[in-house]
Amino acid sequence: MLITRASDIRSSEITPESVYRSRREFLQTAAAGAFGAYAGAALLTDDLWAQAAIPGVRKSPLSTTETPHTWQQITEYNNFYEFGTQKSDPARYAGQLKVKPWTVKVDGLVAKPADYALDDLLKPHQLEERIYRFRCVEAWSAVIPWVGIPLADVLKRMQPQGKAAYVAFTTLQRPAEMPGQRTGSLDWPYVEGLRMDEAMHPLTLLVTGLYGKELPNQNGAPIRLIVPWKYGFKSIKSIVRISLVEKMPPTSWNIANAAEYGFYSNVNPMVDHPRWSQARERPLGGFVKNKPTLMFNGYADQVAKLYAGMDLKKFY
Amino acid sequence: MTAGAMRAVKVLVWATCTWPAANLFYKAFWGDLGVNPVETLEHTSGEAALVILLCSLATTPIRRLTGWNRVQSLRRLLGLWAFFYALAHFSFYILFDQACLYWADCQLGAVVDDVMKRKFILSGMVALLAMVPLALTSTKGWIRRLGKRWQTLHRLAYVAGAAGAIHFIWKTKVPEPKPYLYGGILLVLLAVRLVYSWRKRRGAVRKLGT
Repeated sequence: MLITRASDIRSSEITPESVYRSRREFLQTAAAGAFGAYAGAALLTDDLWAQAAIPGVRKSPLSTTETPHTWQQITEYNNFYEFGTQKSDPARYAGQLKVKPWTVKVDGLVAKPADYALDDLLKPHQLEERIYRFRCVEAWSAVIPWVGIPLADVLKRMQPQGKAAYVAFTTLQRPAEMPGQRTGSLDWPYVEGLRMDEAMHPLTLLVTGLYGKELPNQNGAPIRLIVPWKYGFKSIKSIVRISLVEKMPPTSWNIANAAEYGFYSNVNPMVDHPRWSQARERPLGGFVKNKPTLMFNGYADQVAKLYAGMDLKKFY
Repeated sequence: MTAGAMRAVKVLVWATCTWPAANLFYKAFWGDLGVNPVETLEHTSGEAALVILLCSLATTPIRRLTGWNRVQSLRRLLGLWAFFYALAHFSFYILFDQACLYWADCQLGAVVDDVMKRKFILSGMVALLAMVPLALTSTKGWIRRLGKRWQTLHRLAYVAGAAGAIHFIWKTKVPEPKPYLYGGILLVLLAVRLVYSWRKRRGAVRKLGT
């Protein structure tokens, strides 16, 4: 009788070197983490507080006078599904993301399409601190001291063509460093978009810092968008591509659930989310959800004219 | 199983069911409920309610499949713990989400509106309301008084389980594994009952025939 016996180890089971190495790295990190665990979350926060300070940041008259939330609140409670769907996932897993070097592709209907190294993209512009209100579609809110430059300044430099009506943004896709991208929670990469007039509005920022320091990975390092009068998910993180386009671009949450998330997604206390009211919000750290949500998140004086005559119940 | 071992099982059940509440109290005392404390309270209590309810619904299938009859004596204990967490979950929603901790901020109209307009909230409310008569009639006296009707009434536990599982599935912004896992476990527990009642009925028919 012929006895065939498969080799004990199938070739598919042999660990590739890269995986093996990352396991070793993981074990080393875990061992280091075991010591760090004594200090708990405080250590993590202190580590990030040690982020490099950004020099030459100017204060802005467009800042709110409200008291900002703490570094810890802003960096330990994040929606960044690239790292997982739990609020604690980004703080836990974003450390593995390599944000240097970083290139942003600017293309589409512009006179100067190019791949910009992040420094080259930012260098000609004056960084400002802008303390903005931030309103999540989930009805919690925060006050956050961002550091950034107006998107309009960058776009003008790229010389948009007359036909350009929208700006489309894309987040990095790198599943090896973004564990959430190894799941199907959303279609990857994350994409967002603004109408040209929204993108050119002086309140719209490209953000690279927080509390005068380099933006922590879990908050969308090294460069993200901030549109303070829209729900947070419009403010796309870790941007690798900015395209000027003619037609309204697709947006990730609209693809995931069109009935709940529209293209505009302006903060609007009169238009409820299908599953909860948007009339009131809970500032982070608070218990009772009793702070009235303001039209356009309190920026109505500056932005309401962009939507004059539009039915905001229809264009939610 | 000896009486002593059964007592040990009961102690274990009590300890496990007390754990989420004790943990929340401990964290609340030290101000360690996280950046969004209400979310921590609501998620923990809601999940505890659903998991313990599933455990109580598992007692009958376990008894039938293993012949471990005394597991049945855990059913009421588990059911009441599930109700306790569901009630806590509901209280957090009313006090904090609906701002009824402050009388001036509490709008009962908004609460009714929220329940009627949103199937996500409605499903949770159905689960809670289905458990109220079960908790009220869980005493020995009521079991005796209701007789056979007690059994029928307590089938509401299936309604509570189903509504609770659906409430969790409808709650998430994107499909996540955990709610579907609980939903799947519930389906299995209900399927086992169906199979048994079907076999029983067939057995009864055969007996009539002979």
